[in-house]
Amino acid sequence: MTSDRLKQTLPLVFSLLFLVASCATTHDRLLDMETSQVQLRSIQSRAFDTTDKEKTMRAIIATLQDLGFMLDRADYTLGVVTASKARGDSYQMQAPAALRITVTVRPRGEKQLLVRASAEYLRSPVTEAKPYQNFFNSLEKAMFLEAHQVD
Amino acid sequence: MRLPLRFGCAALAALLLMTGCYAVTLDRDLNLTPEMLAQRQVQTRRFDTADEQRILKTCAALLQDTGFNIDESETRLGILTASKERDATDPVQWAVFLTAAIFLGVPIPPDKDQVMKAFVTTRPVGAEGRQVAVRVVFERAVYDTDGRLTKIEPLTEPRMYQTFFEKLSKALFLEAHDF
Repeated sequence: MTSDRLKQTLPLVFSLLFLVASCATTHDRLLDMETSQVQLRSIQSRAFDTTDKEKTMRAIIATLQDLGFMLDRADYTLGVVTASKARGDSYQMQAPAALRITVTVRPRGEKQLLVRASAEYLRSPVTEAKPYQNFFNSLEKAMFLEAHQVD
Repeated sequence: MRLPLRFGCAALAALLLMTGCYAVTLDRDLNLTPEMLAQRQVQTRRFDTADEQRILKTCAALLQDTGFNIDESETRLGILTASKERDATDPVQWAVFLTAAIFLGVPIPPDKDQVMKAFVTTRPVGAEGRQVAVRVVFERAVYDTDGRLTKIEPLTEPRMYQTFFEKLSKALFLEAHDF
């Protein structure tokens, strides 16, 4: 009798377990592994022919200010800038910081700096190439330098 | 006869609440537009000094004078951000709220508090960096009587920026002449 009942409920239990297991866990979200890391890094990065870190960071900040972002953090030593932008009224308001971006600058070889931007939009990571392309187009104008695609 | 009045009120309330707001989108908000560059003009002034740090210090003092708290700063990059919380009660909105509540039975909570933010950047400009350009951007986030975020908007009125730069010029002049 009991084993019959077990046989009946077992598939249900398994399917439930399967459903739970297929949901994104905190672990998955903490260390987001949805897209290929290499591919994402290439979308988010550009190299500039300069070694002037200060000038580059100032250009990044000026670009973000032009784009209407408010600065959250900036650290010269670490080469990190974080800014966010949110607009809207109660009908559209989905998250207090709708678009958030972190930009880092570090040396690439002897003659270049690597600028990497990573954005978050409405609580999800931005993995499409176009928004980053737009950001680097805007940054190029402030840098007066061409942004080189890197692999 | 009552129905059109209702619709009229609702439309009016919606109009008052929705003027000039848009949501951030990925397609639009990382592209430089002519409007953004026009804003830059309004929000920037040049000062005849090579001393960027002094300007930044004066900006910090000016923001403190006007009731702001400094949130973040990085002297090496010419950055300063500050914020303050203030009352956001608007008599017009209260009138709409009462009208809507009485005639439509729909309470639309009016605005109560706001967080105002300032973002200042400085950079050396001109021949041999003899001038410093100062740019300030103001924006505000408004919360209603229920504590819900109702809007985030840039403050674009040119008068605000004029006043800020007038005060900054005055402060720099006073400092320079050591009154």
